[in-house]
Amino acid sequence: MEDKSVKILKEKKDAILELWVSKQMAQDSYFNADDQKEDSEDFVSAFLSALNDTNINDQDARSFEKVHDVLMGISVSRAKRGFTPRETGVYMFTFKEALLETLSKEITDPVRLYEDSLKVSKIIDNMAILTFEAFIRGREDVISRQTDEITEISTPVIRVWDGVVALPIIGTLDSARTQVVMENLLQQIVETGSTIAILDISGVPAVDSLVAQHLIKTVSATRLLGAECIISGIRPEIAQIVVHLGIDLSNIITKSTLASALQTAFNMLQLEVNKKKGNFINS
Amino acid sequence: MERIPILKMGDFLLVTIQVDLYDQLAENLESDLVNAVKKNNSKGVLIDISSVSIIDSFMGRILGNIGIMSRIMGAQSVIVGMQPAVAMTLVELGLTLTGVSTALNVEKGMELLRSKILLSEGQSYYDENNNTE
Repeated sequence: MEDKSVKILKEKKDAILELWVSKQMAQDSYFNADDQKEDSEDFVSAFLSALNDTNINDQDARSFEKVHDVLMGISVSRAKRGFTPRETGVYMFTFKEALLETLSKEITDPVRLYEDSLKVSKIIDNMAILTFEAFIRGREDVISRQTDEITEISTPVIRVWDGVVALPIIGTLDSARTQVVMENLLQQIVETGSTIAILDISGVPAVDSLVAQHLIKTVSATRLLGAECIISGIRPEIAQIVVHLGIDLSNIITKSTLASALQTAFNMLQLEVNKKKGNFINS
Repeated sequence: MERIPILKMGDFLLVTIQVDLYDQLAENLESDLVNAVKKNNSKGVLIDISSVSIIDSFMGRILGNIGIMSRIMGAQSVIVGMQPAVAMTLVELGLTLTGVSTALNVEKGMELLRSKILLSEGQSYYDENNNTE
């Protein structure tokens, strides 16, 4: 008797698919017929070909592995394309509805129907959990990639003059970011042979003792390499906070603007910037 | 026993550390160097650590000591060519080597050493500068 519902489901494959797709369309206003119908078709065939008499009783059966793979692929690709969790949930649960509806049409005995529905529910619920895990993993991949990208683009080292590099920091400084900032800065100092580095913190929204600690560390590391580090962009609020917190910046050269830091750098390199002599009739 | 060679170039002593330092080697270097300063009456010591990739707290302290010792003996010292990773490690260890001068490479180190010696010899530096201007 057991094989009957499996047989029914296998026979009714096309009907199930149609029912499922129509249910998805009803629930999901952004349903993209071509694309998602293909996904659904892949999944239905994988599911029904894996389903057999033995594994209908066992949701963890190894024979479902292939189905799980297909499902996770779909789920991850949905996460990356920006589907909402609700849409992915609807995707799984409408499939369950389609299966159960098909069964209820074919099986007349209420006890059998109840038992088989329960088994099918169990399998699909397990798959729904896996789908969500994969969905969240897909989202997390996106987030971590973006974080990497942000860290990468947010620490540009600019060569402002021969022997002078500048690093404008925009955004909050935390330990991980300081590490990247320090690495990039030190690497650039060595590569360009610069003797002066300007660290511009006008884009840092807040300075607390931890951020100050990070800045002092960066300055010390720069000095160990044999270069001098100037911190510029100290806004009035930052100056107030630093003094209130009792942070000692006395052995670090600090300037309020990048321009004055550059002027200091020129002085240290014994350079002079002069206005061009003569009148500007030709200009 | 393995030792790090100390080269004499006029008034300067040149030390190039080509291997990763271990404790005994660093201690030997420290005592050899002060003896060499004494023997040659050197005015400057230049230590190149560009091929050193690992420095621990002990080695960091030895480097600091060398700087202070030579200064007490009347010689200026400069450490050149520290690798970024080494600098970051030292900072994390809290060793900022405040008593030691550093430079990016040997060339800049030599320049710094010369100017420091001129400075420490007092007026002569300013005299020279005034003469050239």
